[in-house]
Amino acid sequence: MSKKWMVLATVALVVLAFAAGVVVYTGRTNQEVTAAVQSNGDALIRPHSPIYGNPAAKVTIVEFFDPSCETCRAFYPIVKSIVNASFGQVRLVVRYAPLHHGSDTAVRILEAARLQDKYWEALERALAAQPQWASHDRPQPLLIWDVIGDIGLDITKARTDADGPAIDQLLRQDIADMQALKVNRTPSFFVNGTPLREFGEAPLKALVGEELKKAGAT
Amino acid sequence: MAPQDGRRHPKFWTPLFLAWLLALLATAGALFLGEVMGKTPCVLCWYQRIAMFPLVLVLGMGLFTSDPRSARYALPLAVVGWGIAAYHLMIFSGLVTEGLVPCGQGSSCADADVQVAGVVPIPLLSLAAFTGIGVLLWLSMRRAKV
Repeated sequence: MSKKWMVLATVALVVLAFAAGVVVYTGRTNQEVTAAVQSNGDALIRPHSPIYGNPAAKVTIVEFFDPSCETCRAFYPIVKSIVNASFGQVRLVVRYAPLHHGSDTAVRILEAARLQDKYWEALERALAAQPQWASHDRPQPLLIWDVIGDIGLDITKARTDADGPAIDQLLRQDIADMQALKVNRTPSFFVNGTPLREFGEAPLKALVGEELKKAGAT
Repeated sequence: MAPQDGRRHPKFWTPLFLAWLLALLATAGALFLGEVMGKTPCVLCWYQRIAMFPLVLVLGMGLFTSDPRSARYALPLAVVGWGIAAYHLMIFSGLVTEGLVPCGQGSSCADADVQVAGVVPIPLLSLAAFTGIGVLLWLSMRRAKV
């Protein structure tokens, strides 16, 4: 075999082995996630979670969400528009995966706003200001209080609630469920219990479309 | 190891090929760990990648054009990579404290997660690869007398 062919064949072999590795590894990871969902069915949706859209919708998007995560921020308008464009057939359930430093504090503030029915306003303000408070090496989640100052919250009450036992419990449960479902990056999506395998806007829309069809919606 | 046909397989070619193969496997492995398995490379890992990835191209061109001098240009990369890998391994095993390194938040260079299959530390693999590449390049240069 000539030397050039030997080099090319070796490259081809390594590339093939790499591709085979990708197929095997992603297949195994997907199986693990699917198995985790099947054996922890109730870990996916808890009654305490915020819901966007029609609560009785046929298709449920569960999003494991981190307020400090840039990709979650970028996906927020996408998911919102999927729900809005569905005429009440799709809803979003927000679960927390506070994977960054300071994310738990951010979640506490958002949940305190939810107790006063200002959750989505607070969330949108917090996401808009994310570049200011959520730098990964020096997060300052307490800055969120400043950006939600004028949405009509009783701030004194909200500050007490944020450190209260109800929100403690909610955070603990979401983190436990995140681990049970093997969620290790955000955002992670499940549509009617099916994990989104290939990440992206188009695959998410395709999966929602599939589930809508299955649910017999038109 | 002596080639039977000196003209079709110059003496320097086999060690050069093996060095390139090591670099290729190490590169593929690093990309698999980072891009497929989702382990974020720490700062020192990145410096080792910077030394490792170009070796595939430099040595690949050397093999393609049967140019023994490619070993000479690749050797500095291998030496620098070796040094960083050795330093990383010292941090990983606790001989040097990590306070000295500007490791970014997110993935620590001393993290126990820096292991393959939970057994072999990645910096050890890296050090082994750079050692092998260095020795093979030296051998290739000696055989080619460049």
